[in-house]
Parts: sequence; C-alpha cells; structure tokens
Amino acid sequence: MEAVKQTAASTARAINIEAIHRGDKVKLADEKTCIEVKDFDLYYGDKQALHGINMTIPKNRVTAFIGPSGCGKSTLLRCFNRMNDLIDSVRIDGEMLLEGVDLNTPSINVADLRRQVGMVFQKPNPFPKSIYENVAYGLRLQGVNDRLTLDKMVEKSLKGAALWNEVKDRLHESAMGMSGGQQQRLVIARAIAIEPEVLLLDEPASALDPLSTLKIEELIYELKDKYTIVIVTHNMQQAARVSDYTAFMYMGEVIEFGATDELFTNPTKKQTEDYITGRYG
Amino acid sequence: MATNKSQHISQQFETELQDIRSRVLAMAGLVEQQVADALDSLITGNVDLARQVIEQDTQVNNLEMQIDEECTQIIALRQPTASDLRLIIAILKTITDLERIGDEAHSIARKALNLSEQDRPKKSYRELSALGTRVCTMLRDAFDAFARFDVEAALKVAREDKNVDEEYEGILRQMITYMMEDPRTISRVLDLMWSARSLERIGDHANNVCEYVIFLVEGKDVRHLSVENMEKVLKEKS
Repeated sequence: MEAVKQTAASTARAINIEAIHRGDKVKLADEKTCIEVKDFDLYYGDKQALHGINMTIPKNRVTAFIGPSGCGKSTLLRCFNRMNDLIDSVRIDGEMLLEGVDLNTPSINVADLRRQVGMVFQKPNPFPKSIYENVAYGLRLQGVNDRLTLDKMVEKSLKGAALWNEVKDRLHESAMGMSGGQQQRLVIARAIAIEPEVLLLDEPASALDPLSTLKIEELIYELKDKYTIVIVTHNMQQAARVSDYTAFMYMGEVIEFGATDELFTNPTKKQTEDYITGRYG
Repeated sequence: MATNKSQHISQQFETELQDIRSRVLAMAGLVEQQVADALDSLITGNVDLARQVIEQDTQVNNLEMQIDEECTQIIALRQPTASDLRLIIAILKTITDLERIGDEAHSIARKALNLSEQDRPKKSYRELSALGTRVCTMLRDAFDAFARFDVEAALKVAREDKNVDEEYEGILRQMITYMMEDPRTISRVLDLMWSARSLERIGDHANNVCEYVIFLVEGKDVRHLSVENMEKVLKEKS
C-alpha cells in the first residue's frame, strides 16, 4: 500500500514539474503573423544600415527592438510604414509583407499604409490645436465631418489612451498646455483614432518622467489586445516589462529574436548577454 | 548560455559581484570547516572542538544575513539580467542551504557533547565516520563546482547523493538492531542516529547547491529531478 502511494505521489509530482518546465510561455511558432520581413537590406547611399533581416512580427503582441545606438532599430521600425521614403539616398532590397502584401510594391498607396500603420515618436508632437482637434485631425483628413461620429471617436480614442478622465473637461483647450506625459498619450490617442492595425512606437517614453512612463507602459499593455505594437526602446527594463517578444539588434543585424522572458533570463547569444547585462561587447 | 567572462562596463557593479561571490565562498569554507569539526568532535569525543562549532554557528548566520542584504541591494540598484540575475538568485538560494548545513553541524556538535559523557564502543562510530567522510567530500565538491561554475562536477555530486542515502539507510538498520539487542543503549544510539540523519541532510543540501550551479550556468531548473532526468534536461537544446 505504502509503495502504491509513493508511486502515485511521484507521478503526480512528475506531471506537476513537467507543467512547470513547459509553463504557459509564449512561443513564436504559435503566433499569427502580422509583418513578415524577408532578407531585407537597407542602404543609406553606399552605407548598408540593415543586413539581411529575417523576422516575423506576431499579430496582437508587443514586439520590442533593443540594441545600442546606431544598430538600425529605428531604421527598421521606420520601414514598416515607409517613413524612409522621405530620405532620398535610401535604397532597399528584399521583402516586407504586411498581412501578406509587400508594402514596398509601387501599387501601395503610402497614405493608406500609414493609416494602417500608425507611428508615435520620442518627442510628443501634438499640433498647436485643441485637444479635441488633435485627435479628430486624422478622421477629418479622411473626410469624417459628422459631429456625433467625431465626438464618439474622440472620446473612444482618449479613453483608449487612458487620457479621457484627465482632459474631458478641457477638450477645447490647447494641447500645448498639457504635460509631456499627457501630450505623449494624446499623440497615441491621435494615432489610434484612425484605427490602425499596427502601432509603431519609437522611444515613446524616453522623454517622460517615471510615472508618465508607467502610464504609457500600462497603456501599451491594454492596447495590445487590439493592435500589433512594435516598440523601439533604449530602456531595457521597459522592453522586458512591456513586450512579449524582443529582438536584439547589433550593427544592422538581428542577433537574437525570441520570447522576452527567455531573452532576459537566458539568452542564447553571447552578444545579447553582453548587451543586456552591460558588459564590454 | 554559460556564465559570462567579459567585464561589465560599470566597474563598480563588477566589483560588487566579485565581492559577493568571494563572500559566499568564504561562507562555504566556514561551513565546510564546521561540518568537518563537528564530525571530528563526534568521533573523537573532543569537547572543546564541539563547543567551538556551536559558538561559530552565529558567524554563519551573520554571513547569511550580510549576503542577503547585499543581494537585495544589487537587485534594487542594478536590476541584474541574464547570467547576473541567475547568479544573484543562485547565491540567495545557496546561502539558505549553507546556513542549514551550519545548523546541522551545530546539532551534530550538540550530540557530540551528549555522547562525550558516555562510553564509546568503537564499532558504532566506524560507519558514521565513513558516512561523514563521504558527506564532507560531497560538500567540498559541491562548493568547488560553485566556485568554478562547473556543471559536470555538479552532476557528479548529484550522483553521489544517492550513495549517501543508501549508506544512511544501512546505518539506520544497524542502529535499530543495536537498540533491540540492548535497550540500555537506546539514548546513546538515538543521538548517533540523529547525527547520521544530520549528515544525510547535509548531503541533500550539497545536492541543492549543485542544482543552483546548474541553474546558474545553464539557465535550467533541474530541481526535484532524478539524476538521469537532470542529464536529459541538460542535453536538450534550449
């Protein structure tokens, strides 16, 4: 009897441990693809800035790019909505597919693409208009002028950006009078007002104080149900906190790309390890 | 990813990690000495040595608290990641086991004091001495594995733990026989049994330290696994 009990106990323990080892960890293979990058090269004139990038950005997840300055993370991020088109000397090679469609083919309307793929920059850049008009701007550009629809969308976006309660009584005051953290959330509200599929965040919290930063991070966490978010950050703890997947880039290459908890506890590449632990590369 | 040999950019952080590591090794050295002395006092009946072991237990406890404090500081101020994080976690866990080993040495020394007042039949100490030597070797190997971040050495210690367990069972059976043969020996033999039990526990703690070494180097959690499964997990690609 004792022996039977013991075997039962040890099997129960074994199963339990198995579960712990497997965990409920996210796995790249199980994700739906949002953006797929294939053998992507980018040159600024003669200088190659991105070397053979291959990666898939999973849908409705937060993907963070980390790496030292000049490693190409912002350059790569800007390719996702073709911001690099604005620079004359840029030449690209390879494919970048958004929901299966190559976003660099001539038939793509760049304005449409940027509606689908919104972007928020390091420094909050609200327009010198009222809070309300800032959020409604993109919608008006699309020809939405119906007051009720606009009201509804502005409220929804501001709520989505966790800003509504702070500004609902002063919607028609100038956005320039808001704090930096509020301005950044306003810019995010402006970006989500036009309901993009992807949100690109380039250092969204680096100019903000710690509490505003936490609010932005909380917001990112809430937004990921609806949007695919790609974030570039110098703050590694931030990448660790907000993202599901992290790509470490170095000298224009993706060195390691994988689940964030794995990458920050047990990276497979020495370069990644050196960077995240702050060692000489 | 094995532990990283390159230097941190922050020289101060580098120094802090070095300091904390050497402090853990110092604590391990002290604990190892405690166990050896406790065992010695038990076998030879050296009362002074036993008293010394009991007194030194405070030192082990103080070291545990100091290292704990330093780890907390590093976590709060440096937010360690990857191998640094694993090092701190492994140290935090290791010192708990070291402190427990210290407690076991303390309790062996107490039994040695009790037993020193009674007559000492040689044969009942012979097996205990063999078990003790085995455990001391295991302890030294475990600390070596920790000092050198050596997974192979750690696995060797884990294998050895099984032998210690078997030897302990043997001693137990033998002592039960003594007690049945002559009930007057019961109180003495019980003290010996508790000592054997302490030695066996020390073996388990050494085994735990080795599991932390494997976690620290390989980033894999091998606790509560048989040695075979440990080896299997280690062979799997991460």
